[in-house]
Amino acid sequence: MEPSNPADIAPGDLAQRLGATGYLCDDALATVTYLALKMQRPLLLEGEPGTGKTALAEAIAEALGLPLVRLQCYEGIDATQALYDWDFPRQILHLRALEAAGAAGGPSVEEAEKSLYDARFLLARPVLQALQQSPAVLLVDEVDRADDEFEAFLLEVLSTYQVSIPELGTVRAATPPIVVLTSNRTRELHDALKRRCLYHWIDHPGLEREVEIVRSRAPEVSEELRLQVVRIVQTLRGRDDLQKPPGVAETLDWARALNYLGTAEIDLAAASATLGALVKYREDAERVRHALDQMLRS
Amino acid sequence: MSVVDRGADEVLLGFTRALRAAGVPVTHDRAHGFLAATATLGLDSQRATYLAGRATLCGGPDDLERYDQVFTAYFDGRDGLPRPRPAQQGVPGFSGLPDTEATGAGESEQEDEVVRAKASDAEVLRHRDVATLSAAEKHRLTAMFATLRPRPPARRTARHQQWHRGQLDASRTLRASLRRMGEPGEIAWRRRRVRPRRVVLLVDVSGSMSGYADALLRLAHRFTQVGRSGGGVVETFTVGTRLTHLTRAMRIGDPERALIAAGETVPDWSGGTRLGETLRFFLDRWGQRGMARGAVVVVFSDGWERGDPSLLGEQMARLHRVAHRVVWVNPHRGKAGYEPVQQGVLAALPHCDDFVAGHSLATFAELSEVISRA
Repeated sequence: MEPSNPADIAPGDLAQRLGATGYLCDDALATVTYLALKMQRPLLLEGEPGTGKTALAEAIAEALGLPLVRLQCYEGIDATQALYDWDFPRQILHLRALEAAGAAGGPSVEEAEKSLYDARFLLARPVLQALQQSPAVLLVDEVDRADDEFEAFLLEVLSTYQVSIPELGTVRAATPPIVVLTSNRTRELHDALKRRCLYHWIDHPGLEREVEIVRSRAPEVSEELRLQVVRIVQTLRGRDDLQKPPGVAETLDWARALNYLGTAEIDLAAASATLGALVKYREDAERVRHALDQMLRS
Repeated sequence: MSVVDRGADEVLLGFTRALRAAGVPVTHDRAHGFLAATATLGLDSQRATYLAGRATLCGGPDDLERYDQVFTAYFDGRDGLPRPRPAQQGVPGFSGLPDTEATGAGESEQEDEVVRAKASDAEVLRHRDVATLSAAEKHRLTAMFATLRPRPPARRTARHQQWHRGQLDASRTLRASLRRMGEPGEIAWRRRRVRPRRVVLLVDVSGSMSGYADALLRLAHRFTQVGRSGGGVVETFTVGTRLTHLTRAMRIGDPERALIAAGETVPDWSGGTRLGETLRFFLDRWGQRGMARGAVVVVFSDGWERGDPSLLGEQMARLHRVAHRVVWVNPHRGKAGYEPVQQGVLAALPHCDDFVAGHSLATFAELSEVISRA
């Protein structure tokens, strides 16, 4: 798809375009995404794991034909991993080359030094990449894993959309990138960061929407199996004794797994064999097997 | 903001005020964002206004729930705006040290006696069970909490920092030499960086613990404040019949105001104990995702479990697998003749790294030692 200017898109159009990429969203999510594009504010998504927070950023990039730059956060991440670094080995190589050339009347010391901090030795990390390539979609994934200091740094970048490199000068995005932050709420984010962003909590989809999602993401799965899988998953999510209720990603995995095995209708044997796609704890597997047994019998 | 006329602005701002009154922290820039968002979407549909507000005025799932209520009440003109709960009665506001009147230079022997008597009095108070104190003694004890200086526990991280000895930092050394056009120079050293480890406090506020709740929350407040000044994170929850996240209240600097805020937040003071269930809720909602991961988790409870003890055991086992260290603090542990015979304690003990007393200021000081060494 041709890259399109985010500012030209109408609200209804956006949901349709996202739908065309296989990402089905309700009107609340479509509206808040539209607002984020229009108001040029970062979008902060929270919600249960597996509800499609990361997938939304991917879908926006695909729908608008923009490059997606992904920054995965982790504990201890700092500005050099997010912004830029100098390519040290290549700088040394360059220096050696200059030395060799020096014998034959190469550049002066100042020139040599200056040439070390040339743009070609700059390693652009995700945030800088996004600013350079903008319009682009910058996905800051699992921002709750990063430390407070990193959050403060992000806040600075997100409020100015520019980065200054002492040796080179300031890099400013021509159009601010579309920024999507995701958080699993392992810790409370700082209020200042939240205030910069538009906030949205993504819930698990309802029955119909989830069936739609499976249809668009795993079209090879038969109508009957699809409905059966989603019904079971939705029932399981309603139970309160699972350590990790299955998300949409697990629904898709399970449907595909059952399909690979050539299951037309779920029975206990097929379900047991594929349970690993659905639940990820031994205790949960026991409980689900038990529940399935009852569900399938009735 | 040209789309929105003045009258509409006032209505919308009135809504943000109502929201603030209901306990959602709406700041001015959030309100501003709300106006901008409604201007972008237009004012034609109530649904659009609703979504614009949800995106700009809320900051968490708790806010969303309140937002929905206030929105219906405000725009549908119905009654029943959720109001903040009235301040709990009986939480007195104190200030200053109560036993520091004797600040004059004690020249005469008599004054000296008085001061000494007070000092030893304080020493006795340090070892008294906080549940048995009179109101005046409690009053004096509150000031003594300031003497606790818990150090946050530390952990070594994967990253390095510059240090004056330790491992050779080859990259930094080479970088420095590059800066000198390849001339060798001083050697740089590095060590693994040390960061404070997260501390999670789970305070049982059920009926059987009611004598200790006040002191334990003061302790939690002290931990939070000292931990913050050292760059660490202390998270506090109360458990009983339900789980309440108290960290925000505990971060208020003044202990009295923090306790009042806590009193307003916790809905189940002196209720029953369903430790197993609340623990499971804690692990599902917070713990497993990272709050308890690698943290020092301290459970303050007497282990009088009303629910199923096997559930408690199961959840403690989960907690133990996720946390770095689990400390169980029992107010009865330090008393003569105590035997861990309650079913809850028996179920939980195999999954604890430490089992310590917690009924007096002196034992609280010991507890802080246990935590900082963890």
